[in-house]
Amino acid sequence: MNYRWDWSVLIREPFADWLWSGVLLTLAISLLSWAVALTIGIVVGIARSAPSRTARLVAGIYIDVFRSVPPLVQLFLWYFVFPEMVPDSVGLWLKRDLPYPEIVTAVLAIGLFAGARVAEQVRAGIEAVGAPLLPAALATGLRPLQAFRLIALPLGLRAIVGPLTSEFLITIKLSSLSLTIGVLELTAQSRHVENYTFQGFEAFTFATIGYLVIGLCATGLMRLIDNRLGGAALRKATA
Amino acid sequence: MSDFDWGVIARSYSFLAEGMLLSALLVLVATVGGLIVGFGLALMRLSTHRLISVPAAGYVTVMRSLPLVLVLFWFYFLMPLAIGRPVGSLTSALIAFVLFEAAFYCEIIRAGIGSVRKGQSDAGLATGLRRWQVLRLIVMPQAMRAMGPLILNQIVIVFQDTSLVYVVSLHDFLTAASVIASRDGRATEMYSLVAVVYLMICLSITKAAEFYRRRRPS
Repeated sequence: MNYRWDWSVLIREPFADWLWSGVLLTLAISLLSWAVALTIGIVVGIARSAPSRTARLVAGIYIDVFRSVPPLVQLFLWYFVFPEMVPDSVGLWLKRDLPYPEIVTAVLAIGLFAGARVAEQVRAGIEAVGAPLLPAALATGLRPLQAFRLIALPLGLRAIVGPLTSEFLITIKLSSLSLTIGVLELTAQSRHVENYTFQGFEAFTFATIGYLVIGLCATGLMRLIDNRLGGAALRKATA
Repeated sequence: MSDFDWGVIARSYSFLAEGMLLSALLVLVATVGGLIVGFGLALMRLSTHRLISVPAAGYVTVMRSLPLVLVLFWFYFLMPLAIGRPVGSLTSALIAFVLFEAAFYCEIIRAGIGSVRKGQSDAGLATGLRRWQVLRLIVMPQAMRAMGPLILNQIVIVFQDTSLVYVVSLHDFLTAASVIASRDGRATEMYSLVAVVYLMICLSITKAAEFYRRRRPS
């Protein structure tokens, strides 16, 4: 194996610049799609545990469909097909005037996919932790909606902070898919550096360590939230 | 919306079918290879020797925190260097898939073995069976009951993952469809078809796993 090591590509311009802008873009896409996923996941998860049959059915279909189509296919659908399906004026706006179209599309596509997975966790949380408390909440004189909003939902959500950690990590990894529609995030930039310098070892090592560090930070953040107000805090309070 | 042209699907049928065959090959190799390597990793992780368990745990943690796209790029780049001559992107993708999915199968197998109570293997050892006999005859059959649905779910994820070979230009089902989509300017038809096919296959396996889990409560 004859390979010319040259770790200096990681600090030489413009390559260092490329790689760090990739890190920032990966962080931005991960956090934004995580915000979308949490919003969708909570709304759909509530609908999935609602008394209305229609709401449960619609939420169930959303979860089944969005979890069964590969995320990369979903990304292509939003990017290539969606602008053709909507009325011409909207399609033109999407193609011409939407700022950062690739990034916005990637964030929405990844968020909608991860949202379906989060919704399942939310439903499980409400079912396992929140719902059993409803009779007691009703007995204190709360109306059904109040009992759900004030007791079952918040406690159900707090209980699933732990399981949500792995969904967060999956969302971070999914951000790499955006390179297929031309977003220069961390993986794309490391590939870019490899193409220019042939120092693939160094470039991919940078990306690997980048993902490990981002993943560790995400795990730490979620553990902090879990200890403060999540399932771990609940267990401490009742112990 | 322009007129939907079903003809393009009929005309490109054999090209798409070849793509689906490659997807199936990737799933098969990734699952069989991943289960074998994953089983080895799980045994290493369960070892009481730290020199054996720690490297396996490190490998699994690192693999599970990397995006598959990056792993595909790593092997696409590393394989020719390691072997000293160019290898096709299929070979490098197959190896990447086996080693990547092995980390996930390892965790499923480890959880399955962990779900069998310790008394079972203690009792097996007490009857005079050797360690590997206890594993093969007593622990694994019981672990399979817990692992079955999880392995089915992982196969769905592997099948979805195979679409990522797009980044190393292998013609799997999705990539074949995207080639035709850009050649004929028929993105709407091709990507809708791809989505529906993946949806039907993945949903039926998921529902089968749910059914299996409900019929055989562990």
